[in-house]
Amino acid sequence: MAQLTYRASVSLAIAQSMRKDQKVFFIGEDVGAAGGVFKATVGLLEEFGKERVMDAPISEQAILGAAMGAAMTGLRPIAEIMFSDFLAVCWDIVANQIAKTRYMSDGQINIPLVIRTANGGGSKFGAQHSQSLENWSMMIPGLKVVAPSCPSDVLGLMDSAVKDPDPVIFYEHKSLYAFKEEIEQTDISIPIGEANTLHEGKDITIIGLALMAQRAKEAALILKDKHDINAKVIDLRSLVPLDLQTIKKSVIETGHVLTVEENPRLCGWGAEISSLISEHCFINLKGPVTRVTTPHVPLPSADILEDNTIPSVELIVNEVIKKLKGE
Amino acid sequence: MVDKLNDDIGEEKRLQLWEMMLKLRLVEKKAYDLFLQNLIKGTSHLALGQEAIAGAFGVALKQGDYTFCTYRGHAHTLARGSSIEGVLGELMGRQCGLMKGKGGSMHLTDVDKGVMGSYAIIGAHLTIANGTALASKYNKTNEVSVCFFGDGTTNIGAFHEALNMAKIWNLPIVFVCENNLYMEYTPIHEVTAVEHPAADRAGAYDLDKIIVDGNDADEMLRTAEKAISKAREGKGPSLIEAKTYRHSGHSRADPGKYRPDEEVKDWMENKDPIKNYRAKLLDFNVNEKIICEIEEKIKDQVEKATEISMASPIPEIKEIYTDVWANGGSEWHN
Ligand SMILES: Cc1ncc(C[n+]2csc(CCOP(=O)(O)OP(=O)(O)O)c2C)c(N)n1
Ligand SMILES: [Mg+2]
Repeated sequence: MAQLTYRASVSLAIAQSMRKDQKVFFIGEDVGAAGGVFKATVGLLEEFGKERVMDAPISEQAILGAAMGAAMTGLRPIAEIMFSDFLAVCWDIVANQIAKTRYMSDGQINIPLVIRTANGGGSKFGAQHSQSLENWSMMIPGLKVVAPSCPSDVLGLMDSAVKDPDPVIFYEHKSLYAFKEEIEQTDISIPIGEANTLHEGKDITIIGLALMAQRAKEAALILKDKHDINAKVIDLRSLVPLDLQTIKKSVIETGHVLTVEENPRLCGWGAEISSLISEHCFINLKGPVTRVTTPHVPLPSADILEDNTIPSVELIVNEVIKKLKGE
Repeated sequence: MVDKLNDDIGEEKRLQLWEMMLKLRLVEKKAYDLFLQNLIKGTSHLALGQEAIAGAFGVALKQGDYTFCTYRGHAHTLARGSSIEGVLGELMGRQCGLMKGKGGSMHLTDVDKGVMGSYAIIGAHLTIANGTALASKYNKTNEVSVCFFGDGTTNIGAFHEALNMAKIWNLPIVFVCENNLYMEYTPIHEVTAVEHPAADRAGAYDLDKIIVDGNDADEMLRTAEKAISKAREGKGPSLIEAKTYRHSGHSRADPGKYRPDEEVKDWMENKDPIKNYRAKLLDFNVNEKIICEIEEKIKDQVEKATEISMASPIPEIKEIYTDVWANGGSEWHN
């Protein structure tokens, strides 16, 4: 049994995949000798050498293009985009090329690659280094979207992402890099598309992702201790494919749903989930599906501003009480 | 003057190149006819007038090599040996099309022939071609990747990112800029800081400055062979700028009126790669009967392929939902 940080689980997960399959290589900016700006890839260059751990120039399009071309011919690249915000400078390669080439080629071309990227707020880096962008990739047909909330999920989901025959965008949350977990077995695999229950309860279903899933769990503990409310917390773990069955099952039991999203309000992933729930579980609902999100603003930088922008544990607790007790 | 005594190319290869270029020309012409008959919908970008470039690479490349081209890619796809009905069928949205109508004119793909796709967002495929070249290096195999693009493409960031990366990694790749003097409608010299949009940038990436008459099929073949050998021998990337001209407008919708009449006339009458190559073959004492036989053969192939395409059924509606994912489907939730 070892205690592992989310950060360390990233490099371990990559290393495990690289040990298992010679076709896996890793590419990114400052990832090799420097071990990554978040120190999430320390030790990889030493173990695998320059051929398989490649320090790239500041050329996000060229990095993802090279990963795509290599994947087209059967390699299994893991490419790092340092901050998810930088996906905007290579969005053509992600959204037009990687996502659509299989379909346009009528299945002639497979693109088995992983793009891992540091996502989300909490670091007070301001509006261009803190965004939560899972929903950007969720809306593009052809991309799988994964966002682990704990070290064991990083290990298990990375294993599946690398083995997956389709492109996977792997959003690591910056505020979780220091998150620790006791882990018995590190070489694990978790299928992509299976949500995880972080807290059991029959009064309300709270649906979260990544950091928001962890905050929802903290909120659930408070709700139980102090307010006698039993919340079921579902950590989606992936937006595409989406585990609708787990959501449905819980909504049928609770009749109340709250999504907790770090993205700004408009077209956040919760909107799609809310729509699915009204389609599939309308008669089970005891009230409207509600959403807690970052308000529809760019993320501000100052401590007090950022802390009051991204949904907090307190906000989740209050929203749940408001929904259930009308307070 | 042609040096017939020191002929490094030879009749056999010349006829192969002639046949190839003629095929590209006649299929493009047929595509144009089919448009006029409203049998091809959507857009399309013909490479009429630029056949010597795709043709020369088609002859010079080996099976297993990878090519990447643009939306102006019917010729480049055919040049790798893809079937005419595969191309025309795709343009017409038929089941016999290379991608059964899911890609269309701008995205012709035929992996079995090494046609790794046609790309419609300027610049992207230069970066992707680096990836297949990287894979060849990683796997220690000796395929070469070739990437075709236009003069306008030299002004987008991806061009520069890709060249730098190809050079620092010493990739087995050949970048081929087909400088047809225009972007869509704007003359390239009006919007480019240097005279030769690709070649003048080569030095910035420690690459040789290579400029070739892209309408001289023999010169094109020599240049292609040299760059391909260099890549295959592990000596790294090349950037070729081939001067050429498109006979028709940028796309189906464009009559090309922004080009001076004398300029068009000069390129059509004096610099047409096909017309000139036919004259060259005769000059090299190739029997005209053989030339005519090839012409008849290709015409016949194009007609037959057109019939096959027209007889081919349209795709089934259920195709909409196939092949988003590697499992063949399009489901995104359970
Ligand atoms: C990123 C991007 N910007 C603009 C366009 C629209 N566009 C399509 S073709 C073209 C001109 C390209 O010129 P060039 O590279 O010289 O190629 P040519 O068409 O002459 O073969 C433009 C601007 C595009 N497809 N992609
Ligand atoms: Mg051009």
